[in-house]
This record gives sequence, C-alpha cells and structure tokens, in this order.
Amino acid sequence: MRSVTLPMDEATAKSLRAGEAVLLSGTVYTARDAAHKKMHECIRNGEPLPFEIRDASVYYVGPTPAKPGTAIGSAGPTTSSRMDAYTPELLDLGLRTMIGKGRRSEAVKEAIQRNHAVYFVCCGGAGALLSHAVQEREMLAWPELLSEAVTKLTVKDFPCFVGIDSLGNDIYEMEDEE
Amino acid sequence: MREVDVSRIKEAVKQACGEMAVYCSSDILEKLKERRDAETGRRSKIAMEMLVENAELAAGENIPICQDTGLVTVYVTLGQEVHLAGGSLKEAIQQGVREGYTENFLRASVVKDPLFDRSNTKDNTPAVIYTEIADGEEVKIELTAKGFGSENMSRIAMLKPAEGLDGVKKFVIDTIRLAGPNACPPMIVGVGIGGTFDYSAVLSKKALLRPMKEYNPDPQYKALEEELEREADQLKIGAMGLHGNTTVLKVSILSAPTHIAGLPCAVNICCHACRHREIVL
Repeated sequence: MRSVTLPMDEATAKSLRAGEAVLLSGTVYTARDAAHKKMHECIRNGEPLPFEIRDASVYYVGPTPAKPGTAIGSAGPTTSSRMDAYTPELLDLGLRTMIGKGRRSEAVKEAIQRNHAVYFVCCGGAGALLSHAVQEREMLAWPELLSEAVTKLTVKDFPCFVGIDSLGNDIYEMEDEE
Repeated sequence: MREVDVSRIKEAVKQACGEMAVYCSSDILEKLKERRDAETGRRSKIAMEMLVENAELAAGENIPICQDTGLVTVYVTLGQEVHLAGGSLKEAIQQGVREGYTENFLRASVVKDPLFDRSNTKDNTPAVIYTEIADGEEVKIELTAKGFGSENMSRIAMLKPAEGLDGVKKFVIDTIRLAGPNACPPMIVGVGIGGTFDYSAVLSKKALLRPMKEYNPDPQYKALEEELEREADQLKIGAMGLHGNTTVLKVSILSAPTHIAGLPCAVNICCHACRHREIVL
C-alpha cells in the first residue's frame, strides 16, 4: 500500500489514481457541515480561514469526545455530499485533498480536475479503528460547535482509497476485480 | 396496580445508551463475519475486514463503533396496570439520555431547531419518545440510536393499490440503490407497509429492532423479505459502496391494515451500526 504525506503538493496529487489504496500521514483539518458554512461566510466577508488552505487536507468528521488520555474519540468519515455546496470555492482557493465517504457532485468533480486535487474515501462505520490513526488533535476555531469545530489532526497511516483523482476518475463508477 | 419508580427507567435508559454505542450486537457481528468471508469484491472485502476489526476493537477498548452515536428514539409500552411514581416519565427518559451521552463520552448530535437555531443542545437531548398503552403490568422500553448518514437516505411513498407487490419491491430496491455508498453499506433495511403516511414510517424504523435471525411471522412477508435481500445484493453495491456481493445484511418488514385507497410504503435505511436495546421492567 502506498504511503502519502500531507500536506500534498500538486505533483503527488496528479500521480494518484482512483481505486488505489493509500495510507495518509501528516496534518489534516476537521470540518463538516457547520464549519463549512462558517468558512463560506469568512470567504464572503474577506476574513481569514482558520488554517492555511493552500495544499491543505480537510477531513469530514465529527468525532466523539476524547476520553482522558486519548487524542480523539471515535472518528470515522461523514457523508461528503453535504459539503458539496461549499467545496468548489475551497478547491479554487487551493484546498488539495478531502477525506470523507460517498459520492460528490459534478461541480465538485470539475473543481477537483480544475485544481489538480484529490478526494479520498475511508471506511464509514469504522470510527473506532480509524481513531487509532490519529495521534494528536488541536482546537483551531469555533469550539462552540463541539464535534463540528475546526481542529488540526496529526494522523499516521490513516487508511483510505483514492475516491476521485485529478483526472476525474471516480471509485464509485469503477468495476472491481472479483 | 403495580408501582414503578421512574428513576429505574432513567438508569436503564442511561445504561442502554452507553452500551449500544460501543457494543455491536452479537447477531450483527456474526452476520458481518459471515458476509465478509463470502465477499468477492476486492475492495469491499477490505472494507468488511475493517468493519469486523472495528467492532471488536470498539468493544475491547470501549470506543463507540461509529462517531455518529445517533439521535435516540424511545418506544415506551406501558402496561395499564402500572402506576409510574417518583416524577415525570418523559423527563426521566431525557435525563437518562443526557447522562448516558455525557458520562460515556458520546457525541452530542442534536440541534435545538431544524431551521432557525441550529445550535447544539450539548447533551444529545431531546430524544424522540413514542408511548403506547398495553394490557398488563409490564414496562417495556425499546431504544434505537440511529446515525443520520443512513437516516438521510430513507424514503417514503404513497403508492397506489394497483402498484401492489411490484410497486413495493421497486420502491424498496430503488431506495437501497439511491442510498448507495452514502449510507455506509452493508445496510440493514426496515420497511413499513400500510397504516397511514406517518405510521408506515414508524413501522419502518421499528422493523430495525428485529433480531438478525428472525423474519416476519407471516410466510408471505417472510418470502418478500428474503426476495428483497437477494435483489438488493444483486445491486452489487458492496461494503463502503466499493462494489461487491454484499449490499444488505437484512431486510425486515412490518405491515399494518390500511385504507381502501392507499398503499403507504416507508423504507428506513440503517448502517451495520444498528444500535438498539430492549428493557423490560
């Protein structure tokens, strides 16, 4: 399985192909419904985003609270399509990779191709297992959103498949060897 | 007249909330393993292996199976010979959910208002509560805590009686197809047929409470459940939606008498984390 480091540059993003199994290591930012709405408002009002968007990786997750002595609680992906409305403008600002589950809209696919980005999918319902790949978590913005706050995660060997690659190939449209 | 103190109900609800988030039911885990072994899709098999490992790890380390620990629905069946003492039944249930979620580090996933004030209530209340009066002196409490990845993919149709069996089959299979990868397959599917617009939806969720090895007691409905399971698997959605021969772990139907002009059909989609508990006091 191929190991990939985050944040990711354009050349690496272009080399990934839909269907490929990868292990992600490095920095990812958590953001889901409410945080995307707030980031959209930041962009509209000309205010800075909670993190440097260029080459960044966003993970669509709302974890359970961390127990004492742990970095994070259960932390699997949420359905990405709910973020579709906000995603193209983030990609146009330099967002390089996204991690979630499920299909994306045509507008998102086009923005992925236009910006040489990558959409990764990980296993929905495997939140306990995926939490083991998270080493650290730091609060960045909007703590009142609780699980929906924007946080910075350090992940190691986080297991994913390439969902949509920079050419627009989509894992959900592909046959698989049987 | 039997007296039951509502504090017992609060404690039972609290305990159930904590347990169902972490422990995958043994019948579901058994089915997952069976389907993992039979899975032929390469990526789907990897996903199935992860789901089994996830369930075992969650139980071993006391971590929720899934980060979406759900919105709690509570069905209270109250024997008419029971007198509830010690306070409000509804407040006891909400307090049980509150303590169960906050003390067990489960996610607060409820917002105050769907439209105007989507601020988090911070303790996963309020739960949705249904109460029913029955004969006898038992208090039965059934709980589910459904995540919304799958809840969002559920659908309802007011079919015409002329559409009949074929119409029901088509609607169920279409709903499963549309749910696809979004609903975290393999899915457990609850179907409510008959009643009214609203009651068919209630039945479709209650159908999810049925143990994996049980079928509808009516042989015609049992045959329909088995047929829908086979047809759904032929969609080849696979675990995680990555193509394979595992699409559903189970289809359960509940039916009710309905109006001469109607054939309501509701399909409640659930992921493998089909959390439910039954408490009898």
